[in-house]
Amino acid sequence: MASIFRIIAQRLALGVLTLLVVSIVIFTAVNMLPGDFAELILGQGATPEAVEAIRKDLGLNEPPIQRYLQWLAAALQGDLGNSFAQANFASFAGTDTGSGLESVATQIAPRFKNTVFLAGVTAMIAVPIAITLGILAALYRNSVFDRAANILTLSSISSPEFFMAYVLILFLAVLNPILPSLSNIYDGMDLSERFTKSLLPALTLTLVVTAHMMRMTRAAIINLLASPYIEMARLKGLSPMRVIVKHALPNALAPIINVIALNLAYLVTGVVVVEVVFVYPGIGQLFVDSVKIRDIPVVQACCLIFAAAYILLNLTADVLSIISNPRLRHPK
Amino acid sequence: MSDSDLLLKVRDLQIEGRSDETWNPIINGASFDLKKGEVLGLIGESGAGKSTMGLAAMGFTRDGCRISAGTVEFDGVDLVNASAAVKRGLLGKRIAYVAQSAAASFNPAHRLIDQHSEAPTQHNVMSKAESEADGRELYEKLRLPNPDEIGFRYPHQVSGGQLQRAMTAMAMACRPDLIIFDEPTTALDVTTQIEVLASIREIVEEFDTAAIYITHDLAVVAQMADKIKVMLKGDEVEEADTRTMLSDPQEEYTKSLWAVRSFQRPQKPAVQTSATPIISVQNVTAAYGKIPVLHDVSFDMHEGRTVAVVGESGSGKSTVARCITGLLPPKSGHIEYNGEALPLDYRKRSKMQLRQTQMIYQMADTALNPRKTIGELIGRPVQFYMGLTGKAKRRRVDHLLEEIELEPDTYYSRLPSELSGGQKQRIGIARALAAEPKFIICDEVTSALDQLVAEGILRLLAKLQDELGLSYMFITHDLATVKSIADEVVVMKEGKVIEQGPKDEMFTPPHHAYTDLLLSSVPEMDPDWLTNLLNERGVDNIGDAAIGKM
Repeated sequence: MASIFRIIAQRLALGVLTLLVVSIVIFTAVNMLPGDFAELILGQGATPEAVEAIRKDLGLNEPPIQRYLQWLAAALQGDLGNSFAQANFASFAGTDTGSGLESVATQIAPRFKNTVFLAGVTAMIAVPIAITLGILAALYRNSVFDRAANILTLSSISSPEFFMAYVLILFLAVLNPILPSLSNIYDGMDLSERFTKSLLPALTLTLVVTAHMMRMTRAAIINLLASPYIEMARLKGLSPMRVIVKHALPNALAPIINVIALNLAYLVTGVVVVEVVFVYPGIGQLFVDSVKIRDIPVVQACCLIFAAAYILLNLTADVLSIISNPRLRHPK
Repeated sequence: MSDSDLLLKVRDLQIEGRSDETWNPIINGASFDLKKGEVLGLIGESGAGKSTMGLAAMGFTRDGCRISAGTVEFDGVDLVNASAAVKRGLLGKRIAYVAQSAAASFNPAHRLIDQHSEAPTQHNVMSKAESEADGRELYEKLRLPNPDEIGFRYPHQVSGGQLQRAMTAMAMACRPDLIIFDEPTTALDVTTQIEVLASIREIVEEFDTAAIYITHDLAVVAQMADKIKVMLKGDEVEEADTRTMLSDPQEEYTKSLWAVRSFQRPQKPAVQTSATPIISVQNVTAAYGKIPVLHDVSFDMHEGRTVAVVGESGSGKSTVARCITGLLPPKSGHIEYNGEALPLDYRKRSKMQLRQTQMIYQMADTALNPRKTIGELIGRPVQFYMGLTGKAKRRRVDHLLEEIELEPDTYYSRLPSELSGGQKQRIGIARALAAEPKFIICDEVTSALDQLVAEGILRLLAKLQDELGLSYMFITHDLATVKSIADEVVVMKEGKVIEQGPKDEMFTPPHHAYTDLLLSSVPEMDPDWLTNLLNERGVDNIGDAAIGKM
């Protein structure tokens, strides 16, 4: 057990290092994009003076390294800075009241909460379905059921997400109006309504992530079916279902857990398209908008959240894999 | 024989296995009967189809195999045509199986007792509590240490010999009428093997269980079986009761099996005390990380002679080899070659020094790169050590192939996967010879091979020694091998040298107590050997030995 805590500490330390590298890469990448916030926000009406004023206001005229270090120093103290887009450009308009600046943290927090909520709802639906399907596919391997499950999940993962989303809207919101097609959830909404509103995007995402987890469950179990202890279980006259659930599954957990973690990380970070289709106020949409207008503080914060999600979920998966191994749980 | 006594009737059984879309025969028609409480020994080399036949006696075939003809009738039930549900009703309950490797056949995710009580509860023979209590009794009968507690451990927390007994207990859980033992002691040390054999025999007798005992070890089967059936490449050779089979085998093949143990080299004259040993291991102490493995090990090896290093698994035999080759630099002590100290780390040794010490490995399968041809495998050390290229290299490789009695033109461009186990081991020998060494370490080189093939390898090694004046360090746990080729013997236990000396001396009493235990544990062909030995040692003694292993 002591070794587990050492692994966690080590990985967290490495995780912090990863975050630092991510922030440098993102900062550099955004700076390499053509145009900056001032030019893009002013669009065609950009006069050199106006651009210069905004740049000065936001500190964009300082050298990039200095700007990065300033951001980093603030971030290390827990201040992720202020969103460019939310600033009121006081000096530009000449109405500086010194207030109304919204920090990145307060801007992202509700969005992030929504994203986690959607990921949670999806996981609650997708993980049990994927594992059950995987077990059944392993049990009836090479049968019609196995092939049908494979074809269905594979075609749903191969179609574009927006297509799956519109198909679901067509069937569940337009032809049979069971679920709302707009998922515009907001603060103060009660939980059941939130849940109903999130259901369509969650189902779309379920279709996207199930195939991966199901196929890994199936493969991990089938991989073990040739092992002597499975043969032993069969020679004890146990039912095929019991052989798989009781004897194969506990030993197949590690790879399954890892795939689940990867898919959860995807749900937190990669669902922009689905958010757009359902007008779901998640973090993905905010992120894309911020990149478009080069709103560096928001981009940085989003990327750090995404990276942290990957790091923490993978760490959790590794720890669970270790715990699922009786050799490590019960040393000699 | 009255019909009511008949438990298992196998007639003209034919089994096929699929490879490359075609079905090839594995068993070409086998027949036998088994009465209640009778033990049949099934014997043959690997590939003879023993395991396939044992499983077929349970109505079970592995994936890719099928019963193509013949009948298997268990107590009136036709197992070949029975539905899966009918077979499931019999398996575990009335027919049980004990696998070769208990370590691999126990599910690593569950406690022993939970696996033990699974069959009784699933077949509604007993409640979980009853079968757990019964399990404890069986553990005690099989002389497992701490029978009340051992069931609550996971398989990896229990030693191999104990696991094998726990598996026998598990097979007994529903008090079946028939148990298939598939090489249950092959993976065990001789001293552990005895304990397991004694336990199995006792419990089979006590519950009057019929058994099929599959093994390639003749001496073992002689202790266990009432009658013996010999198999060769899927064919029946002959069947007779144990004593007749041992004293009067009819078929040539059976006689050749019986004769295997006759190969023995004459003892060479004693070494002159003044002679410089070719390799001298002096006060070597070594550890893996913080775990000490060798304690103050010293022995000498002389030119043209064979030193056998024997001991149970975990005694440090292979670690000595790793120290000599420099793969594991010792913590203290040194290794001398011809009177000169060798650098302890192989990285600091010169090419010349590296050349002199070569190794042959136990698993030829894993020691040969499967993607290289035989010519490349042997040619590599020829080029690396001897600097030969082009035609000279080819001539040298051809010569080496002739030395190991393989036709160069046939084998030069083959891949290892196209060779048999014995041929692969010969390639391993040729690769070691390519460096023209003075000294070769043979690490259990024959233990993965069938007896006849192993004997061929031993004869080849002996011939090469005479021709090239090689010295061998022969690591083995098989004392029959030691008898046949060693000049000197070093006995190791728990990382220490217990006893050493010329072979004749080692095999004549008085011995060190541990050497005695090792020697007396090697099964002999005499069917009364185990009984006599147990009487001699006293049964309690074996139990104590088991507890001593904890």
